[in-house]
Amino acid sequence: MDNHPWEKIAASSEFKDLVRAKLRMIVPATLFFVVYYFALPILVGYAPGLMQRKVVSSINLAYLFALSQFFMAWAIAALYVRAAARFDLMAKKILEKAQTR
Amino acid sequence: MTALVMFLVFVAATLGITYWASRRTSGAAGFFAANRQITAWQNGFAVAGDYMSAASFLGIAGIIAFQGYDGFMYSVGWLVAYLTVLLIVAEPLRNVGKYTMADVLAYRLSPRPVRAMASLSTLVVSTFYMIAQMVGAGTLVALLLKGINYNTAVIGVGILMVVYVVFGGMLATTWVQIIKAILLMGGTVLLSILVLAHFDFSFRAFFDAIGHVTYTENGQTVVRDFMQPGLRFKPPYGALDLISLGMALIFGTAGLPHILVRFYTVPDAQTARKSVVWAMVLIGVFYIMTTFLGFGAATIVGRDTIAAHGGTNMSAPLLAEALGGEMFFAFISAIAFATILAVVAGLTISASASFAHDFYTNVVHRGTERRTGEEVRVARIAAFVVGAVAIAVAILLGPTANVAFLVALAFAVAASANLPVIVLSLFWRRFNTAGAVAGLGTGLVASLLLILIGPSIMGASRAIFPLENPGILSIPLGFLGAVLGTLLTREPSAETKFNELIVRANTGLGAERSTGH
Repeated sequence: MDNHPWEKIAASSEFKDLVRAKLRMIVPATLFFVVYYFALPILVGYAPGLMQRKVVSSINLAYLFALSQFFMAWAIAALYVRAAARFDLMAKKILEKAQTR
Repeated sequence: MTALVMFLVFVAATLGITYWASRRTSGAAGFFAANRQITAWQNGFAVAGDYMSAASFLGIAGIIAFQGYDGFMYSVGWLVAYLTVLLIVAEPLRNVGKYTMADVLAYRLSPRPVRAMASLSTLVVSTFYMIAQMVGAGTLVALLLKGINYNTAVIGVGILMVVYVVFGGMLATTWVQIIKAILLMGGTVLLSILVLAHFDFSFRAFFDAIGHVTYTENGQTVVRDFMQPGLRFKPPYGALDLISLGMALIFGTAGLPHILVRFYTVPDAQTARKSVVWAMVLIGVFYIMTTFLGFGAATIVGRDTIAAHGGTNMSAPLLAEALGGEMFFAFISAIAFATILAVVAGLTISASASFAHDFYTNVVHRGTERRTGEEVRVARIAAFVVGAVAIAVAILLGPTANVAFLVALAFAVAASANLPVIVLSLFWRRFNTAGAVAGLGTGLVASLLLILIGPSIMGASRAIFPLENPGILSIPLGFLGAVLGTLLTREPSAETKFNELIVRANTGLGAERSTGH
């Protein structure tokens, strides 16, 4: 079983680094967007006074917070795509090493 | 009349594409995955086209037009949900699977029970979602195209979606979705610009008007600030229902079978990632523009006029008529139909792929095709059956049926049954077959049960479960079922094969390649 290519790659330090690097990106990013997203219905539902505070014209905090969610989603996507380019390189090296052996 | 002509032009164009696609489609990879040759932007548009249903185009514009800010809060979740797709699901799914969501689950688990359950869940999500779309299509036609009644519309939509799928496979379905997405984005941008032009391009004037919307309520004229939350979601359960809906969106989108199969149509995981980014740009821009569609309808057309001319769903078309005349009304109406057609075609192909690939080939015949081409033939027959069932049920329910809960149900099942087992199979070494079957089962049953005893079926006053959206309870139950099922049993082979799965998922080693031409 140890000689199987999957096992050899899975046991290599390069692969473990890749998985760790991915989790270091994915876990905090997921926690952040889940908390940020659910803050909207929670604040609108349970702190309506704060959320109804006007900023300019009819625009209030509730609308700005909802609008900010779009930019939050795009920002996290951009950060992930940048990190993923690094993951691609790491994966490529792992595959090259596996094939030369 | 003009709307009918424009709609027929769209139908003719899509049938032309279907003919072109049918000549390029052969074999299972061609039929189910368009030979995995769809590019990043194409798949991004197709994902957006598959996802933005009439419920979001007409529905959300209508909710904002009638209840202001609370409708806009709806819009947010539809985009944020794609972060789950991007960060967790899209790339591993593309690297490990072949045609369906169940491919990922069956990889290291016992294939037959897992595929049977996953196929059941896929069919439930797809057919419920499809019936909601069909009833919506039939009702719209009566309002938008004079001279065509509900039954004719339902049958027409049903036949078209079956034709796209049976003859053109995934390639035709993809291009129907791309064209729809382009039309939908174009129409929405144009409508938004016209709304701003109505206010002389002054955001100040636009938002001032939103602060003072006049309409009639219980026979009295009232003036309301439509930016104020709480017009739709009222105590005692409003906030909780909204959180529950948010959970279904955030965790359900990444479990929708018709969205997941789209990632098998691209050459590799990198392209899948790029296509999610394309989709996120389109979906985000679209939902931000619901500000102009919804609040524009509220301020320019007005709630009373919309209520007198067909109700909430007519908000966007009536806004188009007020700003651009009959031609523009026809154009927006035609887009609404294109929207429905693209979504139901996507649902049909994912349902029939799951039936043929998961249930027929892998459950009934234990993973071997008895004759080459059999899987595709079974999928084509399944598409016919799915289409016939959807037409029959939609006609049986009739135009007055309240089907909004079917969409809530589809997302709840996707979030409570599908997503927990996808995530656990990718990230938890100990996860096993019993856990997958238990997770899919509890997620499915909990969603169905909570909807049955909820206000959508039993009525607000008699409901045992007070929320319209079951996600807040059914999603934890789905995860709980999957974890308990796993911990109660031991399956060493599933744990040994975990290394193989994560190497494939993270490096793309041995992933399905694009084929043909």
